[in-house]
Amino acid sequence: MARTYFTEDHEWLRVEGGEATVGITDYAQEQLGDLVFVELPEIGRAVAKGDAIVVVESVKAASDVYAPVDGEVTAVNDALSSDPALVNSSATGEGWLWKMKLSDESQLSGLMDEAAYKALIG
Amino acid sequence: MADTGDLKHLPLEDLHRAAGARFGAFAGWSMPITYPAGVMKEHLHTREHAGLFDISHMKLFVVEGPGAADALSRACPLDAAGLEPSQSKYTFFLDEAAGILDDLIVTRTGPKRFVVVANAGNAEADERHLKAVAAGFDCTVEPLDRVFLALQGPDTEDVLRKAGLDLSALTFMHGAEPRENWFASRSGYTGEDGFEVALPPAEAHAFAGKLLADERVMWVGLAARDSLRLEAGLCLHGQDITDKTDPASAGLMWAVPKPVREAARFVGAGALAAIVARGAAEKRVGLKPEGRQPVRAGIDLVDGAGQPAGRVTSGGFGPSAGAPVAMGYVRADLAAQGTELFAEIRGNRIPLRVHALPFTPHRYRKG
Repeated sequence: MARTYFTEDHEWLRVEGGEATVGITDYAQEQLGDLVFVELPEIGRAVAKGDAIVVVESVKAASDVYAPVDGEVTAVNDALSSDPALVNSSATGEGWLWKMKLSDESQLSGLMDEAAYKALIG
Repeated sequence: MADTGDLKHLPLEDLHRAAGARFGAFAGWSMPITYPAGVMKEHLHTREHAGLFDISHMKLFVVEGPGAADALSRACPLDAAGLEPSQSKYTFFLDEAAGILDDLIVTRTGPKRFVVVANAGNAEADERHLKAVAAGFDCTVEPLDRVFLALQGPDTEDVLRKAGLDLSALTFMHGAEPRENWFASRSGYTGEDGFEVALPPAEAHAFAGKLLADERVMWVGLAARDSLRLEAGLCLHGQDITDKTDPASAGLMWAVPKPVREAARFVGAGALAAIVARGAAEKRVGLKPEGRQPVRAGIDLVDGAGQPAGRVTSGGFGPSAGAPVAMGYVRADLAAQGTELFAEIRGNRIPLRVHALPFTPHRYRKG
């Protein structure tokens, strides 16, 4: 059974079987505007919570996306290299950014559930 | 969004709020950056139909009197007396070193009357400068308090006619005062046909309402204004041209006719002649990055040997070009079209080629 978590940096994680799929929230894509380029990490990269591992670029500006927990990158969404706007049209679906194996599942307890995230963005 | 407490507010801010604008600070003003349609759609809609921009942050001055033409020909590298009635001209204020203090459009609206349109960020300095130069001539300099709207795109002439303002007699780079305290010119900052209309704030809500009632018209924010002007190869003062750059390096000598250079009446004439004589060390060029990654303002460039080659002054994604586009300054020996250069971004070496400007063809109505 997958569970979805949210971060204060406006990312979502869908966790199932020790692996998380990560993306930015619909609120975040709306703030960024039309995306034109997404730079994804290498598969196999070990990341620590807080590392800037993805760059999303809108028409106007570049923004970092941070690793929400420790782990190792297991997959990236290659569809974004030809169609970065998938993040705008489907931020929590087809516009996912990367998957990672979690090295410390206890870190998830520090993240928000959907209700808490909705309260944060108001 | 940052605190906007100290910023100036547009007279039509309520209309922008009603349209769902997201605001940001620009040149001391709280300005609409995007609307809910988003920068991509706003940009493309402008090229296809009609984009409406609130550019009331820009400053208009009237220079009037028997000495007005001479004052402007001293303040700018311009033959103001030689302008035909209603003719507009792109020009600058230069400092004594030929550094560009601002770029402007000057329009002759009467035998002794000219309208000057200047950038928001330089409005106060421009007013001081223009008044200081004009003090030696028999003329007045009057800053105007106007709402200023740009309507840009292929449908604009018809939209304006239906809104009761027939400007079809104007061709590109001509302007007029069609009503009392109104000013309109066929010009813009997108590369498209279009008009800029200044009018008294008290009349602006009604006029904007008429324009917006036309389904071909969409509000367009500063984000798309920037991507449109970048594709059109047009300079943003403060970025692509500054008081540290001169018209020769900036590739803008087409705006300084030879007789004006030879007469050398304008501030900065001697310095500009010296720069032209020895050749500019750097040139402003278009830059086309390979791939999809935008190369943005402030990024340094190197040549194939890794030597410093120049810098990007504007860069982003061109929605009509469908690719990243940029402009910047490169060493004069690297300014030929097709020259390969490199930008270092987050450890990646991005190749770029010197590219002709504009990236999208100008579609001005030259008559």
